[in-house]
Amino acid sequence: MQIPGLSPDLNWFVWAVIKVVALMTAVLLPVPFVVWAERKVAGHIQFRPGPNRVGPFGLIQPFADVVKLLFKEETLPEKADRVVYFLAPMLALIPAITVMSVVPVGPSFYATDVNVGLLVFLAMSSLGVYAVTLAGWSGNNKYGLIGGLRASAQMISYELSMGLSVIGVVLLAGSLSLVTIVEAQSGTLFGFLPRWYVFYQPVGFAAFVLTMLAETNRVPFDLPEADSELVAGYHVEYSSMKFAAFFMGEYMNMLAISAVCTTLFLGGWHGPWLPPAWGGPLWFFTKVAVLMVCFLWVRWTFPRLRYDQLMNLGWKVLLPLTLANAMVTALGVALREGWFR
Amino acid sequence: MTPIFFLLFAAVAVFSALMVVLQRNPVASALYLVLSFCSLAGLYVLLHAPFLAAVQVIVYAGAIMVLFLFVIMLLNLRKDVEAGVHRTARQLFGWLLGLVLAAQLYLLLRAPWGLGPQGQEPAEAVQAVGNTQAIGLRLYTDYLLPFEVTSIVLLVAIVGAVVLSLRQGKHEGIEEAP
Repeated sequence: MQIPGLSPDLNWFVWAVIKVVALMTAVLLPVPFVVWAERKVAGHIQFRPGPNRVGPFGLIQPFADVVKLLFKEETLPEKADRVVYFLAPMLALIPAITVMSVVPVGPSFYATDVNVGLLVFLAMSSLGVYAVTLAGWSGNNKYGLIGGLRASAQMISYELSMGLSVIGVVLLAGSLSLVTIVEAQSGTLFGFLPRWYVFYQPVGFAAFVLTMLAETNRVPFDLPEADSELVAGYHVEYSSMKFAAFFMGEYMNMLAISAVCTTLFLGGWHGPWLPPAWGGPLWFFTKVAVLMVCFLWVRWTFPRLRYDQLMNLGWKVLLPLTLANAMVTALGVALREGWFR
Repeated sequence: MTPIFFLLFAAVAVFSALMVVLQRNPVASALYLVLSFCSLAGLYVLLHAPFLAAVQVIVYAGAIMVLFLFVIMLLNLRKDVEAGVHRTARQLFGWLLGLVLAAQLYLLLRAPWGLGPQGQEPAEAVQAVGNTQAIGLRLYTDYLLPFEVTSIVLLVAIVGAVVLSLRQGKHEGIEEAP
């Protein structure tokens, strides 16, 4: 859209700034409420009320926590690698924001439509490991180092399966652009089922959800953090707002990856009854919220995997499964397009 | 806007490439290499090759460098620990390599500067099909044989790694991973 009285270059720049600010707000604003939801869900799963003192239903609790973290002492380990120690918390926040910039929230409601949007997501999720690994290493703490090493080994193992699990979707949609992928999921199957890719790609969806848990270091794949054995793993040497950066980064990553999962498998902003203009974003955020609740539900239900179980699941189960899924889908697409006639 | 971004990415790429060599700390070197790869990806985007840019980040910055860092941290190399090992041999090799590179640079700078001959697919044609599709079509038709040969080379490397780790395991007992 052209703002009157501005040159095209300046107009582009102004819109870019507006989009960036909107994007940052959209990613950062839900975080305190997700933290509140996590504590509330945890409470109710364990027959406790959860936070209920600060504000109605304890809704203001996360803000009180932020104030507490702000006033905590900043510590710096004596033998830490200073530059990397300060860099790691910043790196923890970047991937989630970048991923959200290519996710369409509603029809023509997105920051950019890159024609390799899906690859941008995969690139950012592969860069996300640096924050964890470097945080673990820079503090010069043995628990931190073990956490960082575990994180990098785990990410390498599960990234391959994640990449392979989305190939089916790419084959069906014929595009790497997330906007095109969502548009390809409009309409219905057999007249009642929405044409979402979860119904075409159930195996791909299951594999993606598993790798999604692993990539965000959530239970049952939270070995880099593993409070019971590594104290707090990679962020053991961080305090105050630097710790908060990792804490926020984890929830932002969960939000971003849920948004991508919604886009790829759950039809993005498509939904019945409501007009797409404002119903689209509403459906989108509803689906993301459902996935987020599943994240929390899993955390308070399953125990942590052992290290060898984690590696076996990644390399011996998920990788062959997703590879077979990609090949079967490719065959199906080839038959549908009539390439064998 | 493009020239400004080109200069920015090019400057960061050259600076970080220099820092990879000049840094004593192996972890810092590796991180500068990641930065160099990322600015290279930025240059690819400016050349209207977003697919290459994304693959550059996924493969080099996201996979290979993570493995590099993993190994560096696992061995926990500290500054200057390796400085005294094979010093003469390394210096000799360094001079030799520098001489070859200088000769290459001389030949390169002597040649006339300017745009080379246009390829079979100009930018407009690639834009029309789409960057990813254009690369895919070329890769799986004209360059199918090199592609398959590369995949066999990689397969051999994988088999080799498995054999090596199995042999080590038989003699010394498999070590518990961290």
